[in-house]
Amino acid sequence: MAFFVEVLVGGLLAGVMYSLVALGFVLIYKASGVFNFAQGAMVFFAATTYAGLVGLGWSGWVAFVASLGVMVVFALATERFVLRPLVNQPQISLFMATIGLTFVLEGVAQGVWGAEVRGLELGIPDSPLEVKGILISKFDLVAGATAGGLVAVLALFFQKTRVGRALRAVADDHQAALSVGIPLGRIWALVWGAAGAVALVAGLLWGSRLGVQFALTQVALKALPVLILGGFTSVAGAIVGGLIVGASEKVAEVYLGPLIGGGIENWFPYVLALLFLLVRPDGLFGEKRIERV
Amino acid sequence: MTGKVPGPLLLEVRGVSLSFGGVHALRDVDFHVHEGEVCAIIGPNGAGKSSLLNVINGVYSPNAGTITYAGETRRAMRPHRAAEQGIARTFQNIALFKGMSVLDNVMTGRALKMRRGVFWQALYWGPAEREELEHRARVEKIIDFLQIEHVRRTLVGRLPYGLQKRVELARALAAEPRLLLLDEPMAGMNIEEKQDMCRFILDANDELGVTVVLIEHDMAVVMDIADRLVVLDYGRKIADGAPAEVRANPEVIAAYLGVPTAADDRALKEAG
Amino acid sequence: MIYREAGQFRTTYAADQRVFPITQDRVGMAILLLVAFVVVPLTASSYALTALLVPMLVLSLAALGLNILTGYAGQFSLGTAAFMSVGAFAAYNFQLRVPGIPLLVSFALAGLVAAAVGLVFGLPSLRIKGFYLAVATLAAQFFVDWLFTKVAWFSNDSPSGTITAQPMVIAGFPIDTPARRYLLVLSIVSVLALAAKNLSRTATGRAWMAVRDMDVAAEVIGIPILRTKLVAFGISSFYCGVAGALWAFAYLGTVEPQAFDLQRSFQILFMVIIGGLGTVMGAFLGAAFILLFPLFLNWALHLVVRGDLRPGLLSQLELVFFGALIIVFLVVEPHGLARLWQITKEKLRLWPFPH
Repeated sequence: MAFFVEVLVGGLLAGVMYSLVALGFVLIYKASGVFNFAQGAMVFFAATTYAGLVGLGWSGWVAFVASLGVMVVFALATERFVLRPLVNQPQISLFMATIGLTFVLEGVAQGVWGAEVRGLELGIPDSPLEVKGILISKFDLVAGATAGGLVAVLALFFQKTRVGRALRAVADDHQAALSVGIPLGRIWALVWGAAGAVALVAGLLWGSRLGVQFALTQVALKALPVLILGGFTSVAGAIVGGLIVGASEKVAEVYLGPLIGGGIENWFPYVLALLFLLVRPDGLFGEKRIERV
Repeated sequence: MTGKVPGPLLLEVRGVSLSFGGVHALRDVDFHVHEGEVCAIIGPNGAGKSSLLNVINGVYSPNAGTITYAGETRRAMRPHRAAEQGIARTFQNIALFKGMSVLDNVMTGRALKMRRGVFWQALYWGPAEREELEHRARVEKIIDFLQIEHVRRTLVGRLPYGLQKRVELARALAAEPRLLLLDEPMAGMNIEEKQDMCRFILDANDELGVTVVLIEHDMAVVMDIADRLVVLDYGRKIADGAPAEVRANPEVIAAYLGVPTAADDRALKEAG
Repeated sequence: MIYREAGQFRTTYAADQRVFPITQDRVGMAILLLVAFVVVPLTASSYALTALLVPMLVLSLAALGLNILTGYAGQFSLGTAAFMSVGAFAAYNFQLRVPGIPLLVSFALAGLVAAAVGLVFGLPSLRIKGFYLAVATLAAQFFVDWLFTKVAWFSNDSPSGTITAQPMVIAGFPIDTPARRYLLVLSIVSVLALAAKNLSRTATGRAWMAVRDMDVAAEVIGIPILRTKLVAFGISSFYCGVAGALWAFAYLGTVEPQAFDLQRSFQILFMVIIGGLGTVMGAFLGAAFILLFPLFLNWALHLVVRGDLRPGLLSQLELVFFGALIIVFLVVEPHGLARLWQITKEKLRLWPFPH
């Protein structure tokens, strides 16, 4: 029983990390209606930049701020060269453009900093903590707390502030928002910058766990079932979805895996999401789409 | 037009109620149409006119009441079944397939009549080609009838609004329907275009024998082409009969012109 | 001037419905086919045949399949490579376990198996739309990946799931030279391309496009939505399955499940987007472009940068340029190369006049 709880807790905490990546997706989708496939690449890019700067001898905090700055520049460039020309195009075009962005980010990150795997030291000890006979990783706890904090801040932002409301208007209809005078370009730059910051945090956490390597981009793919379960537009959904995916994936791997050969982590969350979609086509917390004839 | 002898009963809707959450779109509506009639449904915005059409052809299922069409009575119509039994319609916000040409759009109206399976179509030579050409010939007659030959290869999304409405009518007629439901077919048109549409609708009714139910706001058009008028207000039917008599009905006048009723007087008094 | 339609009057509907109603187009196509079937096998180098033309044709076939699903029927799919994988492994197993089965029958059956799998993963499409459907197709991608790697039966107990395609023989005639492989692939792809074109201009194609553009209206006309979508999934997967079988038998020879990974699905998606969604020509143009682009980039970079590049830098630059190119395409011509070709033809019609 204790083992099960351990697996569960480990999965939940991993799930929080997925939520962090999913959060970036939700931010952008909520505010611009764009499904940003490049989120994973942004995580990788941010982490690589940080690790690269640290490798050059810069101190941790300076490197952090500098990386944040790089992500902001990226957001501005994306708004100017990708989003603005494609305003009001169908969603699939914008989605494909983000795939293009993915390649650019991956290429630049590896081209500038090289393709080797780097370690990332954040100064958080990975020693286990014992609570009532269950072992929990301190690192996971810190990661969980960070993610939780970020989510709370963002949720408040969207719900309570004027800018947050404007963002929701923008996501619904670009042209309408423009005609009401909402400064689309500035808002998009803001949101992508925020998503970039979230990506940086996620990148640091994931990077110190896995090492900064190309496989980080695959983590973003895992965020997709999270989004399905939680709905594309809900910040709370990203958390709940992340927890469900993280927990179920671990539990399935440990208990179901040995029965059918192992390695089911790769597809289990997707099949779960698929089955879920059949019951709730718009996700747990997603907004129902209304089609009028 | 007076002087027309109504044919047998084609469609009868009894006691139909429809609500979405708290909004009552239709309350206990009785409605019938005879074969060969041109029946117009009028009423203020939000009266439930489109909802009534949607119930008739199965886009919505009513919460109460029955629909009797071509002899069969049922609780709700399904869109596929409605199409099979010869009900065709146009929509308020043009429901054309924007990515296809005019010709292709109208050809989709023949979808139920084309029998050849996927394999023959992939081969094309032989039975599938013959079927395509046969239906093309019929569709061309309708294109001719509605005078849209000059745009037959144009992508529908590029056409002006008035022509799009005509293409939608063509698609509906291509199905050779028994009952044609038109939802504001003349919205946004100028006088000339409206005259053209009236002519098309009357010709369809006259020459092709199609029964027409149309929703329309322009009273001049309605008076001109309708055999019968049905008035809806807040989801209820408040009048049903020949245009001239409905027009003189005081309740209809009140609904349209907003003459205050006793309830309005009371409300004003209570507000002080 | 060469491309004038003047004087060409189509007096029957049959003439109007032709795939190439203009005489010059017909002549052009005839010449193209002549070159492809006769001139190329006799004159092209072994390298060109094996490394360029065969993969281009096979990937065009997969792109055709995806085009049917995403371009015509509007169902977004990221699982293309999974269906190719099913086709490849199915063909291998048929050849392995059914003694004496003709090669083409194996291919056809492999396509059917892929179609069946496609139908299963297409069932959710009635309820799920858009990006949600895309993510659902990812489930297919990852699951199939895992299945063929882990379950040894599919690869005849090979430890990593690798299969080695059997040598190809048709009616006693071995297909073992580059030219013969090229002709085999060209024939199969031509037939299937024609079938796809035919489907696009008859009731099935119209039903697909209707469902893509406005499914509520399509339903009201009487088009059966679920069946239309399933037919799209089935036929699309059939094409991808045959493409997968050809990839294994006529191109790679030895195939591991990774050959059909997510990257491959994206590659084919790009072919369709850059080539032009909803066109048969687009599949071929896109495949050619995507295969030739890295070669072109390689050549261009070596012109600019004398000396050796850091290993790996070339592929990274490729990534950056490719990503940028996709964005540029989407901004400048979202309807792809096929549309650019159409515009060129229209200009040719008027040439030398400007309008």
